[in-house]
Amino acid sequence: MSAPKRRLQALVVDDEAAIRRFLRSTLVAEDFDVKEAGSVAEARTAIKDAVYDLAVLDLGLPDGNGADLMQELGSSGAPAIIVLSALDDETRKVSALDGGADDFVSKPFGVPEFMARVRAALRHRLQMQGGAPIFDDGRLSVDLVRRIVRVDGADPKLTPREYALLHELVTHAGKVLTHRQLLKAWLSGEADVQALRVHIRHVRQKIEIAPDRPRYVTTEPGVGYRFTG
Amino acid sequence: MSHEEERRPSPDALLEQAKAETRGKLKIYLGAAPGVGKTYEMLSDARKRRLTGVDVVAGVIETHGRSETMALAEGLEIIPKRKLRGVDEMDLDALLVRKPKVALIDELAHRNADGSRHPKRWQDVDELLAAGIDVWSTLNVQHIESLNDIVARITRVRVRETVPDAVLERADAIELIDLTPEELIQRLREGKVYTPDQAQRALRHYFAPGNLSALRELAMRRAADRIDEQVRGLRQAQGESAPWAAGERLLACIDEREASPEVVRHAKRRADQAKAQWLAVHVETGRSARLTEIQRMRLAETLRLAERLGAETATLPGAQVADTLLAYAREQNVTQIIVGKAHRSLVFEAIFGSVVRQLIDRAGAIAIEVVPEDAAHSSRSPLPFLSPWPALTSRGAAEAVSMTAAATLVAWPLDAWLNVSNLTLVYLAAVLGSALTRGLWAGLLTGFASALAFNWFYTDPRFTFTVADPDNVLAILAFTGAALVVSILAGRARQQTLSARSEARTSRELFGLGRMLTSATTEDEAASALARYAARAFDVECVVLARVGLGGIRQAGASAPDLVLPEVDMAAAKWTLDKGEPTGRGADTLPGARWLFLPLRTRRLIAGVVGVARLEPLSPAERRRLGSMGDQTASAMERAHIAQALEQSRVETEAERLRGTMLASLSHDLKTPIAGILGAASSLRTYGDKHDMQTQRALLASIEDEANRMQRYVSKLLDMTRLEAGSIQAHIEAVEPADVISAVASRVQALATGRNVTTDVEPGLPMVRADAALLDQSLANLVENALVHGGTGPIAIRAQRRDGGLAFEVTDEGPGLAPGDEGRIFDRFVRGAGPVGDGTGLGLAIVKGFAGLMGATASARNRSDRRGAAFVLTFPPDALT
Repeated sequence: MSAPKRRLQALVVDDEAAIRRFLRSTLVAEDFDVKEAGSVAEARTAIKDAVYDLAVLDLGLPDGNGADLMQELGSSGAPAIIVLSALDDETRKVSALDGGADDFVSKPFGVPEFMARVRAALRHRLQMQGGAPIFDDGRLSVDLVRRIVRVDGADPKLTPREYALLHELVTHAGKVLTHRQLLKAWLSGEADVQALRVHIRHVRQKIEIAPDRPRYVTTEPGVGYRFTG
Repeated sequence: MSHEEERRPSPDALLEQAKAETRGKLKIYLGAAPGVGKTYEMLSDARKRRLTGVDVVAGVIETHGRSETMALAEGLEIIPKRKLRGVDEMDLDALLVRKPKVALIDELAHRNADGSRHPKRWQDVDELLAAGIDVWSTLNVQHIESLNDIVARITRVRVRETVPDAVLERADAIELIDLTPEELIQRLREGKVYTPDQAQRALRHYFAPGNLSALRELAMRRAADRIDEQVRGLRQAQGESAPWAAGERLLACIDEREASPEVVRHAKRRADQAKAQWLAVHVETGRSARLTEIQRMRLAETLRLAERLGAETATLPGAQVADTLLAYAREQNVTQIIVGKAHRSLVFEAIFGSVVRQLIDRAGAIAIEVVPEDAAHSSRSPLPFLSPWPALTSRGAAEAVSMTAAATLVAWPLDAWLNVSNLTLVYLAAVLGSALTRGLWAGLLTGFASALAFNWFYTDPRFTFTVADPDNVLAILAFTGAALVVSILAGRARQQTLSARSEARTSRELFGLGRMLTSATTEDEAASALARYAARAFDVECVVLARVGLGGIRQAGASAPDLVLPEVDMAAAKWTLDKGEPTGRGADTLPGARWLFLPLRTRRLIAGVVGVARLEPLSPAERRRLGSMGDQTASAMERAHIAQALEQSRVETEAERLRGTMLASLSHDLKTPIAGILGAASSLRTYGDKHDMQTQRALLASIEDEANRMQRYVSKLLDMTRLEAGSIQAHIEAVEPADVISAVASRVQALATGRNVTTDVEPGLPMVRADAALLDQSLANLVENALVHGGTGPIAIRAQRRDGGLAFEVTDEGPGLAPGDEGRIFDRFVRGAGPVGDGTGLGLAIVKGFAGLMGATASARNRSDRRGAAFVLTFPPDALT
């Protein structure tokens, strides 16, 4: 990660003081300036006051859903958004991701896992602002502009549908893409999640070393897939 | 009905077709007379069918020793007959178990030996068909119910064994076995039908060529009718309009006389010709109550006959046969009434009136057809015009004599002033009184005695029975005539009163039962209501059985608490439940049993069975009354059943909801502290050096707090589980209230950082019998609850006397309870207002459970002195020491 010129601004929204406390200490240790909010109302005030690079949103707040804040955040600096979810928040989690959140962390979680997601989300944001259109780790290369894929220098012969999926995943490398977001890449609309799974399996067979233990295209159960570079 | 509706396939017609597809098929070999070769034909067909691999088995084959037939039967599997009271009978159960594709059952009209399941063989066949077995059977035309009379008239031999026309109508195929009379007579002569001397006799009587031609024509016509019907049935199912004669409806008037069945059969033939619906109706007047047992049985039999022949039957209560009948006929849009006519003298009819004449006079647009009755029937009927009246009792006789004596005494002083003939008026009054109170015979006796007394005491010469003055002879004659008329009129008035009273009783019964049923909330309540009412109304033992699941049955109510239906009768009741038909005493099935079972029908299903037992069988009228009670009860039972099922599913939904809440609570209340602990611990491990001292200490404190919070939650969850499992035992001992309160106050001090918790114990409180640990935990939970939900103000713990008992009270100054929360706040997983995530939703439920274990009660209310809530644990006076 390249060192930032200025200190990054983070907003932590959670009603549990204990969670805010360790998130704050963690982010401060990672050179963030941290603002805390315990409710949707408090968060709204904080959003008006400043522009953020990162927002950590708990979905179950006493006065509403943290994901409701995403629109206001989008029009104010468009920060990377990580949602915190509990076990019974599955549907709210997926709809938050569909609605533009970068990633999620399920409670309870460890700090290293959290920071990994934060870094991926920030990197993704930088990429979107004009990052490299080519992925190449020596084994697999994907040229998003010329639409060429090579595995160990050979053409894996992806079908148009398979390429569309890989293109979408690589474009948002590191970010989880929901089933719905991936289906949109096909533009046809008649496909379902089952068809998506079949195509993902084919893509894995063509690009992964061990399709059973995928390295590039990983599964987020119940949510979608993620391209890990 | 609109044109389009007419042409649409009627649902009933389609249903009938669907039913016919699962039922076995019935094929009848119909012949005009014995010996035409029905059995022979049936066996040849069976052989052919067997060759193609169809499983054909003979249930009964009557070869009558005919060699050709016997040869055909060889090699066919025949189910052995079983002995029943010395008679060989078809083994129905063995056949049902064997379950062949086709069963051959010879002689459909056979009457089974007493003690068989069904009295008639055609009923056995019906059961086989219902079990999905195809049946081939044979039948002679003289056994067809509606042709019985005609055949009897042709051949002068009445056949007792009959088969309802409906059986024939339901048959899937009828094969007419036709033989010209000449051929049949030839066969007879050759000894192929009977032994030679039997044949000689037969040829002279039954098999006379004229008879045979007539019978043959009957058989052919019946078979042709049948084809007609099949075509019509087909056309209906296909949606073509049925060729109904528009709106024709017939009504047969039935009574207890022997000739009545003939009226029924006549009506059936008329209805068939006119393709009309028909009704059979009996009017129950006051006299019905005094029918003999034989007459009653006959009436019931006639009504059943009509039912079997396809009539809708009804019994109508009424005072006047003609008027009741006509009113009903108009209500039912009847176009023609068919009534039997007994041979009676003109004098008899002049005096007593004639139902037939009244009908004709008042019928208006309704046609009346009078069926002449056999003279033989009428002459044997026991003095029909006298039976309406109650026999003269000794009490009636005594009253007649005393009335006469009283009239004589009253007349005595009047004699001085009045003309002798006027004194008859006094006697007339006596006649009227006695006829009104004791009926016709007492009235007539009073009239006779009065005539004698009048003659003895008041006509010259007095104190003799001689009459000197011709005027007085006239007076005595006129008096006797007047007495006769008065007696008859008064007697009839009395009968009408009685009949009206019985009607009123019936509707009272139904009304009373109806009221009981409306308030019944369970099947058993409805069943018991019927059992009690039926027992009272008919003086019977009564049980009511309800359907369980798909095919089970259970006793749901009985007239006496210790009345339990024996296993054997239960099987009969089950039969009624399955088939929807009556069984037992007086019914077609198991008529010899002690109990009679009637189905309790609703529009959708048979909800149960009502069984009654009495020394005398129920009269048709009683059966009908029981039937209407049953109908009411059936709907109530069905309603209750549905309500119970709904309640059951509501309880299950509630349990499901609670499980859901429990899971949500577990996931939230356990995971939140874990998230705090894990986060803080991993942050310390990852950034230990980067954190300053203060941050490190805060993270460690956070771990400790969260672990404590989790511990509290887990112990509450355990308490709750133990409470629900019933594994907590209260150790009741005398407890000092002040000790408990101070212990609680110091225990919660750690939680209540920065909050003011005060205690207040009323001086001189007695010890209270409680479990110290449970009481301590309960109060701690109440305080914790106040800390979380009770705002930020001070919290008070109090102990004081209240209503003779002792109250522990925890009060806060928070927002108080939301309206309606007072009752449910103690339920599991119900959280009051306050920050989400605080509180487990279990604390108060545990307080309630613990209080129950200690014999105390937990309650919540809003404070009356100021804002805030008060939670109280109240011990009753007997818990104080």
